[in-house]
Amino acid sequence: MELSNVFLFVGLPYAALVIFLIGTIQRYRNKGFKVSSLSSQFLEGRALFWGTVPFHFGILVLFFGHLSAFLLPGPTLMWNANPTRLITLEITAFAFGLSTLVGLTALFVRRLTNVRIKMVTTKMDIFLELLLLVQVVFGLWVAVGYRWGSSWFAADLAPYLWSLFKANPDITAVGAMPWPIKVHIVGAWLLIGIFPYTRLVHFLVAPLHYITRPYQRVMWNWDRKAIRDPRTPWSAMRPKNN
Amino acid sequence: MDIRAQTAVVFHLDKCIGCHTCSVACKNIWTDRKGAEYQWWNNVETKPGTGYPGKWEDQSIYNGGWVKDANGRIQLKGAGKKKGLLNIFHNPSMPTVEDYYEPFTYNYLNLIEAPPGNDQPTARPVSLITGEPMDVKMGPNWDDDLSGTPDYARNDPNLAALTPAERSAMFQLERMAFFYLPRICNHCLNPACVASCPSGAIYKRGEDGVVLINQKVCRAWRMCVTACPYKKSYYNWHTGKSEKCILCYPRMEAGYAPACMHSCVGRIRYIGVILYDADKIEAVASAEPKDLVARQLDLMMDPFDDKVIAAAKANGIADSTIKAAQNSPSFKFIKQWGMALPLHPEFRTLPMLWYVPPLLPVMASVTQTDGAQKDKLNPIAKTWTDNWLYDTSTEELWGTVEQARFPLKYLASLFAAGETGEVSLRLKKLMAVRIYRRWKTVGDIPEAKMTKALKETGLTQESAEAIFYLTALAKFNDRFVIPAAHREQAMEMLEFTGDVKGSTGFGFREKPERGM
Repeated sequence: MELSNVFLFVGLPYAALVIFLIGTIQRYRNKGFKVSSLSSQFLEGRALFWGTVPFHFGILVLFFGHLSAFLLPGPTLMWNANPTRLITLEITAFAFGLSTLVGLTALFVRRLTNVRIKMVTTKMDIFLELLLLVQVVFGLWVAVGYRWGSSWFAADLAPYLWSLFKANPDITAVGAMPWPIKVHIVGAWLLIGIFPYTRLVHFLVAPLHYITRPYQRVMWNWDRKAIRDPRTPWSAMRPKNN
Repeated sequence: MDIRAQTAVVFHLDKCIGCHTCSVACKNIWTDRKGAEYQWWNNVETKPGTGYPGKWEDQSIYNGGWVKDANGRIQLKGAGKKKGLLNIFHNPSMPTVEDYYEPFTYNYLNLIEAPPGNDQPTARPVSLITGEPMDVKMGPNWDDDLSGTPDYARNDPNLAALTPAERSAMFQLERMAFFYLPRICNHCLNPACVASCPSGAIYKRGEDGVVLINQKVCRAWRMCVTACPYKKSYYNWHTGKSEKCILCYPRMEAGYAPACMHSCVGRIRYIGVILYDADKIEAVASAEPKDLVARQLDLMMDPFDDKVIAAAKANGIADSTIKAAQNSPSFKFIKQWGMALPLHPEFRTLPMLWYVPPLLPVMASVTQTDGAQKDKLNPIAKTWTDNWLYDTSTEELWGTVEQARFPLKYLASLFAAGETGEVSLRLKKLMAVRIYRRWKTVGDIPEAKMTKALKETGLTQESAEAIFYLTALAKFNDRFVIPAAHREQAMEMLEFTGDVKGSTGFGFREKPERGM
């Protein structure tokens, strides 16, 4: 039991993080053309709406919820000290969890039944959506069955995660968790590990820089004023769109 | 004054015969690929008609282009920072494949490989997306020449400008008259696609104003498809990237005309450089609808003006480009002679593809007769069953133009944001050149009438002669005045030469495969 815990909660996390880091950089640098959200709205738009909108808003809230409990365990516990605030937080998170489940199911059904969408579906897409479905179902189960997740995550799991990042893994708390929670944690590491080889990469290129850039973009391949200046070294000038 | 160079295009609609050679030339070079089968970077529409994709002009459906907000500032109608990022998961105004057409081919192999049987083997149409047999319901030009059918002409969004009586007169006329509208990307000065791209993948080239999508930066947020009011940015469903007309920039850099223009049978296409003042773009794009055409003309600067030349040189514009701007057929048609109009200027993207409006369908008129003429005819004479009279005769100089029998309002809705004055001025100029040439070659028009026609339209005999030359006789090098990228820089426009040392050619060094 102890050995499998070490494998699942120490070995797997480190492997996943290494693959995530190296794989993402390698994919972005060597296969930049393939980094895309791969939208299929052009082929089918109506069913997509009922899947993609609840799924994306749901999973974004869940992601940032988990992230904040990990990064700010103290404030999370302080917030949860008041039962009203705790229940508000839990109900909100659960609602977004349900929204994710509903959206993801709709997307999965669409992917399996629509002939056109099948043409742009890879095996990895199916695997990823199944893994995500399992992850969300277990997440909801944990939320209902092992209350209150936001508190014990901040108290027990955040230290575990921090211990991993500090290169001094401590799995006593995780090892003692009930099995549905363990499945949820392992699923999370698996998702991080396969991340660079799935369509999830579009999350990393979310266009936040759009907010600050000016609307119009004019690009000179070459700065013609500089190119005519004999003092500028030829090799220092590179086309800007490349 | 911030002078920049722009490759501007003029299509002379009077000469377009609707042969689709341009579309085929473009398709064969650029979009004969998986995922791009449905894309027609160049397409030809029959007007009145709904076009491709269906009703693309109706921005209450597609939400393209710019609109003025309460403060008089222009905003993207269906995209932009707020709307674009909020709708990034599902873009409500994005056209889907049904709005274009499902690309198809025929199962030709069945004709020779079918097993022996009692019936003739057939080549069934199959979808190019799914490979399944399908019923073909729509094609890229299925409204071709079908102006009179209710499906196409009567759904034309531009008809909203007309009264029911005018519409009814037009429907009689359109059985006999229609015109073609060839369309490519307008390579706008205020491009909505560039402004809407969340990734910043779309950009306008400073050297020649060509608008391009960087395929490596595009992340399929698909806002450009919505934002372009001309629906000239297309989503490639296979690679998950948007694509658009590139104005054949590899050809242009070498000094060749784009393929659609090079192949044009009717020789309707002109391409040349214009110099414009980039400082004025925002003000012009925000102009009142009635001033849009005039203000856009103000944007274009005289390439012979010493101050303009000095400013151009200060901005690093090459001498060859300035010289091309001085010989530019686009400058002549658009600015010098004032004979061209932009397509839908009310979208406020400042398109750089201008159209010389068609005169021919306007020449005919349709009036309702009381049947008195018919009664005088021999009883066995062939007559139309309805009371409409198709008439091309006129006594007056501008008779057919001013009586507006093919409603000027319709053309104005297409080309001048509803300003009929802008259209009739250009049609009169077209008429004046004809009157002048008829006086010169046939001689059955009195000189006084010819002089009056020229004077009223602000033309001279010399300019009428020049217009006639460029319209009817122009040779290849008159129609296409393209400054090649300087030889020593031509390759560097695309790539840093160091990157391709030791390899052959250029292009995709990675197969354009759909991502994981």
